[in-house]
Amino acid sequence: MTALTSLTLKAALTGLADKSFSSEELTAAHVTAVEAARPLNAFILETPEKAIEMAKASDARRAKGEAGALDGAPLGIKDLFCTEGVRSTAGSNILGNFVPTYESTVTANLWRDGAVMLGKLNLDEFAMGSSNETSAFGPVVNPWRAEGGNAKLTPGGSSGGSAAAVAAELCLGATATDTGGSIRQPASFTGTVGIKPTYGRCSRWGVVAFASSLDQAGPIAKTVEDAAILLKSMSGHDVKDSTSLDVEVPDFASFVGKSVKGLRIGIPKEYRVDGMPAEIEKLWEQGIAWLKEAGCEIVEVSLPHTKYALPAYYIVAPAEASSNLARYDGMRFGLREDGANLTETYEKTRAAGFGAEVKRRILIGTYVLSAGYYDAYYLKALKVRRRIADDFDRAFQKVDALLTPTAPSAAFGLGENADDPVAMYLNDIFTVTVNLAGLPGMSIPAGVDAKGLPLGLQLIGKALDEGTLFSLGGAIEKAADFRAKPARWW
Amino acid sequence: MAIDAATVRKVARLARIAEPEEKLEALAKELTGIMTWIEQLAEVDTDGVEPMTSAVHMPAPMREDVVTEGGDASQVLSNAPKTIDGFFVVPKVVE
Repeated sequence: MTALTSLTLKAALTGLADKSFSSEELTAAHVTAVEAARPLNAFILETPEKAIEMAKASDARRAKGEAGALDGAPLGIKDLFCTEGVRSTAGSNILGNFVPTYESTVTANLWRDGAVMLGKLNLDEFAMGSSNETSAFGPVVNPWRAEGGNAKLTPGGSSGGSAAAVAAELCLGATATDTGGSIRQPASFTGTVGIKPTYGRCSRWGVVAFASSLDQAGPIAKTVEDAAILLKSMSGHDVKDSTSLDVEVPDFASFVGKSVKGLRIGIPKEYRVDGMPAEIEKLWEQGIAWLKEAGCEIVEVSLPHTKYALPAYYIVAPAEASSNLARYDGMRFGLREDGANLTETYEKTRAAGFGAEVKRRILIGTYVLSAGYYDAYYLKALKVRRRIADDFDRAFQKVDALLTPTAPSAAFGLGENADDPVAMYLNDIFTVTVNLAGLPGMSIPAGVDAKGLPLGLQLIGKALDEGTLFSLGGAIEKAADFRAKPARWW
Repeated sequence: MAIDAATVRKVARLARIAEPEEKLEALAKELTGIMTWIEQLAEVDTDGVEPMTSAVHMPAPMREDVVTEGGDASQVLSNAPKTIDGFFVVPKVVE
């Protein structure tokens, strides 16, 4: 019998249904894997006792014939989701010992369907970063290493803990969030599948806010089908989030394996950026060939405002962040550093509690929103955002989905891009457009580079058309037959 | 757009983040680098373009103006740095 931790979520759910093993056995195997993987630093908080308790309750439900869609499946939760009675940090010191008295809607949906929580996963502080290095709890280490080397690589960010934990088989799947690429870039760096659904699919209630008009939750999983199963549970209308969409949640898994014959796939020419590694270019060509073989029609499209997406994002996201993070004032929860008066207490608390990247973004956001600069920067960025969304609208009149690389490189070394904020921001060059337009985007592992490191391809869909992405993702997954796994060194 | 140390001092004050005087120059350089990169947005013709404030195409939903939950002070106060008799304790606000 294969190790329980190497099962896909789908296979594990089948095994649980067949009574091949119990959730307690499945969960215990994962708890052991989590403990053995501490050198990866994927978890900020392990909750093994809670996991076993939830697993036992799941086994009892199953014995009574009351098992839900995810019953007994051990998952990891990005520590941006508030979990009732379990410390939630957002990767920051400013939340101190914050223990929510409520549960985020997305995690509540997972528990409703019977899932088991293994713990809280590491992330960039407030999800601001592309390498997990801004976490107050130290960076996550990618389970993948370059062939013949043992340098520590980044798992990407901000959902680095989620991606590393899934890639290292510490959990059957994980929750993640994506504001500019934070699900898809880590998925690409770790050989996992990640989908950011349409803005409004998953409730933001109880998810620590970074940039509210861009933030969206989604899963990181081992396979396209697993991602579909998780997304179905995570999605759904929620009156507590005023931007939550009151639309039916399809059975996403039913789209996996469907024929993609006759679908029109757009290839945006502006995504061929200068300096793109030849291997990524080649993988993209390979992806095009796979979809052609599967019966898709390939169409070149133009998204002329692509190059302006990142600069627009670095106005919109920090502006929203500076407003959202104003709540961390040391008065009602979290850290407090006492000063001589109220203002000094605010200033000292926020200076001590926020890390360098978060401060940088708050300062940019405050600057672009301040008197005299609002129109020149913030309003301008919102207009450029409209231009970017219009580009997609035009492209989607001609095609059903777009195919692009997920990230401009494979996983890089920890510390490599740390000195230059703009170089780090460029990681999101292919992913950020999707957030600005509110569209769904998925990263699928498609191959490895010359050093044996995974590379992902990205599919972008029409709003609320995740189903087509799951069909196409399934087709790429099948054609790529990506079976490489990181060699266990931890 | 060059951002100088004085501007950083002002913005940090607006953002209620204490930045030590000796860090202002370095921060000014960093922020200038980022804002210079952002300047390229000026190339985009946005005349007559409606600003995009939301990615959802729907009006803000309305609900009945009634209390939905609440009434549990212990939950509200459970993470407070300092409390007395069911109140938050904060530094003096009005002199």
